[in-house]
Amino acid sequence: MTNPNPKSEISDLKSETSNLTPEISDRFWLPVASLWFREVVRFYRQPSRVIGGLASPLLFWLLIGSGLGSSFRHTAGGTDMEYLEYFFPGTLTLILLFTAIFSTVSIIEDRREGFLQAVLVSPISRSGMVLSKILGGTTLAGLQGFLFLLLLPAAGIRPTLTGIALTAILILLAAFAMTALGFLVAWPMESTQGFHSIMNLFLIPLWLLSGALFPPDGASTPIRLCMRANPLSYTIEGLRVTMYWNGSADSDPVRTLLISLAVTTLFGLVTFAASVALAQHNIRGGK
Amino acid sequence: MSDAPAVIVDRLTHRYGNRDALRGVSLQVAPAEIFGLLGPNGGGKTTLFRILSTSFPPTEGTAQIFGDDVVAHASRVRRAMGVVFQAPSLDKKLTVAENLWHHGHLYGLSGPALRQQIDEMLTRVGMLDRAGDRIERLSGGQQRRVEVAKGLLHRPRLLLLDEPSTGLDPGARRDLWEYLKMARDRDGLTILLTTHLMDEAEQCDRVAILNHGELVALGTPKGLSATVGDEIVWLQANDPEQIAGRIRDTLAVNCTVLDNTVRIEHSPGHELVTRLFEQFPGEIQSVTVRRPSLDDVFIQRTGHRFWEEGDDEPKSQI
Repeated sequence: MTNPNPKSEISDLKSETSNLTPEISDRFWLPVASLWFREVVRFYRQPSRVIGGLASPLLFWLLIGSGLGSSFRHTAGGTDMEYLEYFFPGTLTLILLFTAIFSTVSIIEDRREGFLQAVLVSPISRSGMVLSKILGGTTLAGLQGFLFLLLLPAAGIRPTLTGIALTAILILLAAFAMTALGFLVAWPMESTQGFHSIMNLFLIPLWLLSGALFPPDGASTPIRLCMRANPLSYTIEGLRVTMYWNGSADSDPVRTLLISLAVTTLFGLVTFAASVALAQHNIRGGK
Repeated sequence: MSDAPAVIVDRLTHRYGNRDALRGVSLQVAPAEIFGLLGPNGGGKTTLFRILSTSFPPTEGTAQIFGDDVVAHASRVRRAMGVVFQAPSLDKKLTVAENLWHHGHLYGLSGPALRQQIDEMLTRVGMLDRAGDRIERLSGGQQRRVEVAKGLLHRPRLLLLDEPSTGLDPGARRDLWEYLKMARDRDGLTILLTTHLMDEAEQCDRVAILNHGELVALGTPKGLSATVGDEIVWLQANDPEQIAGRIRDTLAVNCTVLDNTVRIEHSPGHELVTRLFEQFPGEIQSVTVRRPSLDDVFIQRTGHRFWEEGDDEPKSQI
C-alpha cells in the first residue's frame, strides 16, 4: 500500500494529532471487516489448510463416488443417477463443513497465541468479534465451495446460470450456519485435540445423517427421523434442486427450495445468536 | 492536565473459587506517573492487572480509570487505555504493519491517519525498517517493541503493562525503560506495570507491594526504603541462629535469621560491624553493610524473603 499524502501534509497532520487523542469512532463495521479480512489472509498463508479443506472431500467423492458407481441406484425426477452424481451435493457440504469448522479452530489458536486477549480488551463489541470470525469462515468455506462447483460437469450435471446463482446463495447460507456451529464448539475449547473428538462424535454424524451419503427414503425409521430433524438435510435437498434448476416453475422443487432456504437461514441465525450469547457470557474469572 | 487520579482502586477483592487472589486492595495512580505493582508470583498483581484491563470484573470493590468504572463503562475505559500483556498478542502470520493496521481498526482508526500513526509509533520504538516483516521472523525483544507500539497506537492516556521485561535481555530492557520514561515526560502518559523484579520496581515513580493479595506497602522506592532504616548489616556465621541470639543479648539490637544469614537493621552499620568483630572474634565468616532496597521493605513487611512463599517458579533472580 502506498501513502497518498505528500510529505507536507503528513507533518501537518502530525502536529495536530501529537497533542490529541485521535478521533476514535464508534463504527461497527470497520473492526469487523478488519478481523474478517485477517481470517482470510491467515488462511491463505497456511497452504496446508487450503489443501486440507478441499483435497480430502474431493478424494472421498472420487473414491466413494466411482467405487459405488452404478451399484447404487437412486431415482430422482424419473431418471437414474450414478453415485458420483448423487454424492456431489454431499461432497460440497462436506467441503463447506471441513473449511467452516476448521476455520473456527483459529479461535483456539488465537486464544493460545494471545491474539484474542488483546481483541477482548479492545472496544470491539462481542457480537462484532463473533460476527467477524463467522464471516471469515463463511468466506473461506464459500470460496472453497465455489471452486468445487467447477466440477459439476464432471459429475454429469449441466447447471443453468440461475441454478448456479441459487446454489451460491445456499452455499453461503450453509457456510455461515456451519461456521457459527463451529464457533460454538471451538469457543469453550482449550486445545485443538478436544475439538477433533467433537468433530468425530458430533459433526461427522451430523453430515452422515443429512442425505449426503444416502437418501432418507430407504433408511430405517429412527435414522429417517434423525435425518428429518437435521437442518443440514434441508440444505442438501435444496442443493439437489438448485443444481438441476431449469427455469420451469414446478411447484414441488420451488417449495423444497424455499423450505431449504428458510431452514438454512434459521439454522444460521440460531447458531449465530447462540455464539454471541456464549461469547458474552464468557467472562472468565479463573486463570 | 487535571490532577484527578488516573486510576482509583477501591477495596478490590477477587476470588478464584475459594482462593483469595486480592483482598481489599485500595490505591490510586496519579496522571503521568510510572506506577509499579511489585510482588511475588501469585501475589495478586496479575489479577489486579486483568481487572484493570477489563478482562474480567472483580468479585467485590470497584476500579475506575479516568473516572470511568471498569465494569460499568468498560467501553470508555478500553478506548482510554493501551494494554501490553505478558504473553505475546501479535498475529505471527501477519507482518508488523498488518498487525498494527488491524489493531488500529479495532480502535476505530483508519486510512491515512492510521498509516501515519503506525509509521510514527514504529519509528519511536525503532522498528520502522521491519514494518514489512512477519512477526515470526522477529526476535523476542523486537516483538516486545512491536507490542508496545501496538499498545500505544491509539494514543491512550494510560498504558498497562504486565511483566514488560519478561524475555528481554538487559539492553532491550534498558531501551524499553528509556522509552517509557520518554512517553511519560513527553506525552504525559500514565503507566501502570506489574513486575517481580526489584530493580525494575526501583525505577518506578511509586510502587505498591502486593503479597498474598494484600497491599503491604505503597510509596516511592526511596521513601519505602527509608522506612526500613539507613543501613542493614548482613552477617554469615557457622551457626546463625545461635549467634543471632547472642547478638540480641549482648548488643541489644534487633536481628532476624533469613536463609541462614543474620539480618540486622542498624545505623550506622560500620559502627555495629566493629562491635560485632570485637564481641565475636573468629566466629564471623563475612559481613555486608547495604543501604536498604525494596527487597528489605518486603522482608520487613512480610517477615519472609521475596521468593519463599506462594511462588512456584521464580523466573529470574536479580
